[in-house]
Amino acid sequence: MGTNGSTSSQYWRANVRLMLGLLAVWAFAGLGCGVLFADTLADLRFWGFPLGFWFAQQGAIVVFVALILVYAIALNRLDARHAIGRAQKPQV
Amino acid sequence: MSVKAWTYLFVGLSFCLYMFIAWRSRVRDTGGFYVAGRGVPAIANGMATAADWMSAASFISMAGLISTMGYSGGVYLMGWTGGYVLLALLLAPYLRKFGQFTVPDFIGDRYESAIARLVAVLCAVFISFVYVAGQMRGVGVVFSRFLEVDINVGVIIGMAIVFVYATLGGMKGITWTQVAQYWVLITAFLIPAIAISIKLTGQPLPQIGMGSPLVGDVAGSGMYLLDKLNLINADLGFASYTEPFTSPKWGKLNVFCVTLALMVGTAGLPHVIVRFYTVKTVAAARWSAFWALLFISALYLTAPATAAFARYYMIESIQGRSSEQLPQWFANWEETGLILWLDDGDGKLRYSARNDNEVFRSGPLSRAEIAELASAHQLWINSGASSVDPRNRGKAATTSGADGRLALRKKGLSGPDRDIIVLATPEMAELSGWIVALIAAGGLAAALSTASGLLLVISSGVAHDLYFRLINPAASEARRLAVSRATIGVAVVVAGIFGIYPPGFVAEVVAFAFGLAASSFFPILVLGIFSKRVGTIPAVSGMLAGIGFTAAYIIGNRFFGMPAWCFGISAQGIGTVGMIVNFAVTLGLTPFFSPPSTQVQDMIDRIREPEDAPPAVAIETASEH
Repeated sequence: MGTNGSTSSQYWRANVRLMLGLLAVWAFAGLGCGVLFADTLADLRFWGFPLGFWFAQQGAIVVFVALILVYAIALNRLDARHAIGRAQKPQV
Repeated sequence: MSVKAWTYLFVGLSFCLYMFIAWRSRVRDTGGFYVAGRGVPAIANGMATAADWMSAASFISMAGLISTMGYSGGVYLMGWTGGYVLLALLLAPYLRKFGQFTVPDFIGDRYESAIARLVAVLCAVFISFVYVAGQMRGVGVVFSRFLEVDINVGVIIGMAIVFVYATLGGMKGITWTQVAQYWVLITAFLIPAIAISIKLTGQPLPQIGMGSPLVGDVAGSGMYLLDKLNLINADLGFASYTEPFTSPKWGKLNVFCVTLALMVGTAGLPHVIVRFYTVKTVAAARWSAFWALLFISALYLTAPATAAFARYYMIESIQGRSSEQLPQWFANWEETGLILWLDDGDGKLRYSARNDNEVFRSGPLSRAEIAELASAHQLWINSGASSVDPRNRGKAATTSGADGRLALRKKGLSGPDRDIIVLATPEMAELSGWIVALIAAGGLAAALSTASGLLLVISSGVAHDLYFRLINPAASEARRLAVSRATIGVAVVVAGIFGIYPPGFVAEVVAFAFGLAASSFFPILVLGIFSKRVGTIPAVSGMLAGIGFTAAYIIGNRFFGMPAWCFGISAQGIGTVGMIVNFAVTLGLTPFFSPPSTQVQDMIDRIREPEDAPPAVAIETASEH
């Protein structure tokens, strides 16, 4: 597509890769530790909490906040890098 | 100053603040009315989104729900926050890049179909009405509990307030009032939580206090709070507080499905999505998703702690007490019917999960009905039929009066009302009257902020998507603005009527809203952005299949006694399956139908590009030098 198709598709691939990685963490922390492995983790103690319970009521939420923060920083950087990359390329 | 005077003061002051903000941010064009002129800073949008999202139910009922559900309460905590990750990564930046005003706008343009747009509008309006009815009721309940005003009068006051600031300022007015409402509600929620945490564990951070040992002169001092709670629950015959999957209703599969359905439903709720249309740039949309979840987590990380503290403290301070020994808050809330005590004749209160339980709530019963029940119960006790000796039980039939406990148990009214956990916490923590009053202002802020966001979705759905895009595309700016204002007015009145005459199935319908958002919007928005191949017919078929399946399952299960045949998944969790049905139908049909037009494919390229890239179409023409 157009002249800077390669830049765009590179950008898009990097974006999708990052997104899939973060979604894997999302599923692991929330649906994994919070639900699927909660009964196994219930036997582990984390301070005064059974670990499975802690993930379901605290840990998962903390991870979610961190994930969005990482995504916002990484993507805004990626945006900036590609904006510079395009500006340096001679316009057709 | 009495609690009531403080309440009038705080509620009055906060309402004046909202009116002042509304007057300052009144608007004159549809851009301002629908998306606040796209000029909201990321952090302010984060606060507004948080207030928009946290409803009367999050504020008043969620902690109570968790305190009775224990581990399973996590489905709401994870479900209602996890959706923001999906929103931030999969939807918000792209929809912001797309521009326009509403969610049906994107669906209609991306799938080039008036039917898709119409289905989207109907879903958005339905979901929002379902939600807003609960909020208006919430306003009435807060008024009646704290100010002893009739519920209906409370609803009408709430309607009037929302009407003024929503019609005057549209999205702009709503946004800035929501920012103020966020601070009112979060302060009101955090102060009692911190106070009770310090009282029970000596820790100022409730999140840490929850995992700490109990201190001071309370029973069980030195033991971890959660261990103590598990012991208490076991003693009283309740399921363990921290152990997962203790009841058949909340088995692993159902917990999984409900959590996922709430997450996906959250990401697909139109009143949350449109908040991301109001910021200046795509980067700001990403940041405001972060701020939104950070501000939301301030309440969502605290609610489970409040739930544990209040459950422990409530049981410790009433169990086995005689009427003279009961704390003052018990008497206060007994008046409102949130907690009732029907003794078995031994003069000591007993709360348990078994048939000897003596703690109830009035639920939907009127004061007169409760009084009648209580006097019959007293007669029954006086007649001696209540004796703990089982041989005397047969006497009950021959003596006057009736065991009120039996009647209430049959009606499913065992245990205190869950709202008492949040409402009585300030008194349990022995805070002064003005904090109690702050809770009232906070509850109203939570209800009003959510109601106004929903009303705007209804207004933009009807005035923009139905009227302007489908019925009268030639309408002038002024006319569209007038239609928007009129729609919001009508919507407020309809919502108020729902609040005054609540349909008896509000809880069922809320499950419906999430299921519908999960099975209709989420899949087709995600595919619309991440696939250039999915065309009109597969998308519309997928959406209709998802909605049809979910609606049939919920209606059949809740209203017609259909068994939960789909692996025992409850109506709340069926949205997960509906979403899978939608994805499966759409992707299954895609190879057999043509891809979208080049115009639409260019549009998809444009929303995928880094922020300051020129529009795809302009590049196409520029390259033909």
